[in-house]
Amino acid sequence: MRVSVSEWLKSGTPWVWLNAGAVAISLIMVIGLLGLIAVRGLEHFWPAQVLQAKTVAPDNSTYVVAGEVVESEMVSAVQLRSSGVQLADDIDFAERYLLKVGNRDITGSDFTWVLKRDLKEPAYPEEIIVIERREWGNFYGYLDSVSKDGQIITGSDQVWQAFQDVIDRALGIHDDIYDVEKSEIGGINSRFERLRLRERGYEIRNNGTAEDFADIAARRAELDAEYEALQVRLTELYNAFNRDSISVRTANGKIIEINLSKVVRAYQPNAMGLIDKIGFYFSKLWEFVADDPREANTEGGIFPAIYGTVMMVIIMSIFVTPFGVVAAVYLREYAKQGVLTRTIRIAVNNLAGVPSIVYGVFGLGFFIYFLGGHIDNLFFVEAKPAPTFGTPGLLWASLTLALLTVPVVIVATEEGLSRIPRSIREGSLALGATKWETLWRVILPMSSPAMMTGLILAVARAAGEVAPLMLVGVVKLAPSLPLDGNYPYLHLDQKFMHLGFHIYDVGFQSPNVEAARPLVYATALLLVAVIAVLNLTSVTIRNHLREKYKALEV
Amino acid sequence: MSELTREALTEKEAADTKGAPKKQEPKAHAMDMSALGRQSRRLDLANEEVCLEAKNLDLYYGKSQALKSINMVIPKKRVTAFIGPSGCGKSTLLRCFNRMNDLVDICRVEGEVLLDNSNIYEKGVDVADLRRRVGMVFQKPNPFPKSIYENVAYGLRIQGISQKRVLDETVEWALRGAALWNEVKDRLQENALGLSGGQQQRLVIARTIAVEPEVLLLDEPASALDPISTLKIEELINELKSKFTIAIVTHNMQQAARVSDYTAFMYIGDLVEFGSTDTLFTNPKQKATEDYITGRYG
Repeated sequence: MRVSVSEWLKSGTPWVWLNAGAVAISLIMVIGLLGLIAVRGLEHFWPAQVLQAKTVAPDNSTYVVAGEVVESEMVSAVQLRSSGVQLADDIDFAERYLLKVGNRDITGSDFTWVLKRDLKEPAYPEEIIVIERREWGNFYGYLDSVSKDGQIITGSDQVWQAFQDVIDRALGIHDDIYDVEKSEIGGINSRFERLRLRERGYEIRNNGTAEDFADIAARRAELDAEYEALQVRLTELYNAFNRDSISVRTANGKIIEINLSKVVRAYQPNAMGLIDKIGFYFSKLWEFVADDPREANTEGGIFPAIYGTVMMVIIMSIFVTPFGVVAAVYLREYAKQGVLTRTIRIAVNNLAGVPSIVYGVFGLGFFIYFLGGHIDNLFFVEAKPAPTFGTPGLLWASLTLALLTVPVVIVATEEGLSRIPRSIREGSLALGATKWETLWRVILPMSSPAMMTGLILAVARAAGEVAPLMLVGVVKLAPSLPLDGNYPYLHLDQKFMHLGFHIYDVGFQSPNVEAARPLVYATALLLVAVIAVLNLTSVTIRNHLREKYKALEV
Repeated sequence: MSELTREALTEKEAADTKGAPKKQEPKAHAMDMSALGRQSRRLDLANEEVCLEAKNLDLYYGKSQALKSINMVIPKKRVTAFIGPSGCGKSTLLRCFNRMNDLVDICRVEGEVLLDNSNIYEKGVDVADLRRRVGMVFQKPNPFPKSIYENVAYGLRIQGISQKRVLDETVEWALRGAALWNEVKDRLQENALGLSGGQQQRLVIARTIAVEPEVLLLDEPASALDPISTLKIEELINELKSKFTIAIVTHNMQQAARVSDYTAFMYIGDLVEFGSTDTLFTNPKQKATEDYITGRYG
């Protein structure tokens, strides 16, 4: 049966196809995006096999390279010839590998391109080890001997075992040192600082009595003593830490000495079985999620960035929800509906369209310089000339983002308020409730799902925002977390790290581009995961509320 | 969809109660027949205590006048019904008695409404307190999305009563008063929206009587309900009139005849006739009233 085109159009089939196609494309794009960053990000933590091969240097001398194959590509012969590589005339393309060879302290760079043609006698020797160091990146090579408490251990069997012992000990000491430096000495420093501010306060206000100063001096002496004790302990720890060292040999035969205090972990990827590799993979993944960054953010973890992002979003929510809700309630319930309210509504909606960097500029100019400056003048005079709140920080970043997202909350809440059936309001008023009581006891609870919707949208937008944060409080590396054990525990004035900015930083500001690239993907994946977790939490709360306040959908 | 479920629920509930629908239907019918003869004693407005009184009450929506110089009294502890065709102003008049019309921006009221001889439209009148004294039940059941218990306790909590014992007692009393107690006593903490339409409407009545108002305004309380629920509401009105002054707006003339002591017939903003229900239905003075109750228009 022949169906004419016009009938086919009238039947609506093309529309269905068009709509379904649009949905399918969106779905593919989302899955593709997540898939790409997931694969690129997650494969980074897998312990790759280390290839060792002979190759030819430009001056025709042969040498040995050892490293992980990171990627391979086909290069046109023309390009290679123009850079001085001798190639046969009939070759159009040549394959080359990017090898992560490490040993930056020796070779000057972590990565090197090698033509596949030049790789002779490729092998995967089991004894090859990879050492992750606190400085200079990875080391690839062989373990010759371990110096354990002055005693030299050699011999292929014992040396790896001995190495395991000393590295476990060294890592244990490292944790102790970290604890002492970060929490104990950090705590003492913060108490010193508070004492200093107190003293300075007395000086400025000229109201310190002799007892006050004596008290300060006594406390300071106390702290000094504590500090001395810690210093002694630290010295001991450091001495113990630096006791052992290993002697390693590169694939080329160059022998270097590595102190164990510089080693984070070492493994023999070519000797690992699948189970070992999986275990290793998850320990690396955990390190990424739970540790501090090392080496200009190209190694280690990004825990402070996750922490900072979540803290900022939570503080932002605390500001934006009440403010947005109160504004919406006034606009919808109390304000006389007229030209003025309409204008305000339009203005609010337009605020949502202002580029976020503009909010950053505003935050810097108004919150930080104006508000923060005045707060410093009023309350933190003793800290001057160092600014306390007159400098970018967590509070101002949260406030700036709250400002950025408040229109979303207002619009969503107004929407929710207008959806409450009139009969419910009348029912409450007819029982002798005032307008305020009606709002507080019935209307607001019933519109809470709408407020949550607003908050969800706000969180989604705020968590992903980077541009304004660069102006109002995000830094590449924050020395301490915004929430810790030192009084006043929550440091709203501190600068913090943020996943979004971390991606930018690792991607663009990193001294070691090749090493940083996988981290860009991994961090992006984590950012998406953090936003997803924040959103899912809010969505769960909202659905719960919806269930509870199912409106009269008649 | 929700209407369907609601009806289904009501039917199920009706089947569950002791009087099965088949038994109840003839009863409803019989009551319908005998409705007009129900009033045995003669009622006379002159002998009644006055509860509410409208004096020269005019009401405008913007420029159009919805009520034209209404003068009437609502007698105490009696049921007064308002009948009339759609748009005649009977609901508007009812809403004047507890100033519900204040919620409409363009609405303007002139004249007086006296509750116990004081004008409720005077400046400085506490509207919330007025509405506590003059409760209102609406056409569509509007329970709050809270538990049954909290719905009934709402008005009390508003008044600042929070002792559990007082609340418990009042909730039970009000639910019994609204003939709902037996149906919900085991699920007081469940969401009120899970009740059937008829139960919801009785819950709303319970919620209203819980604050012990002087007057109950019922704005077509049964129009969204099925016949069995309607019957229950009507029985309830009969019981409640010993305690409260009741004013009811209805579209259903039989209903007005069944439940009310006095009836007011309104037509396009005018109060055409007002008198005892018997007189109005059997011996209307106005031609318009007669035409309406005999079904010639409206």
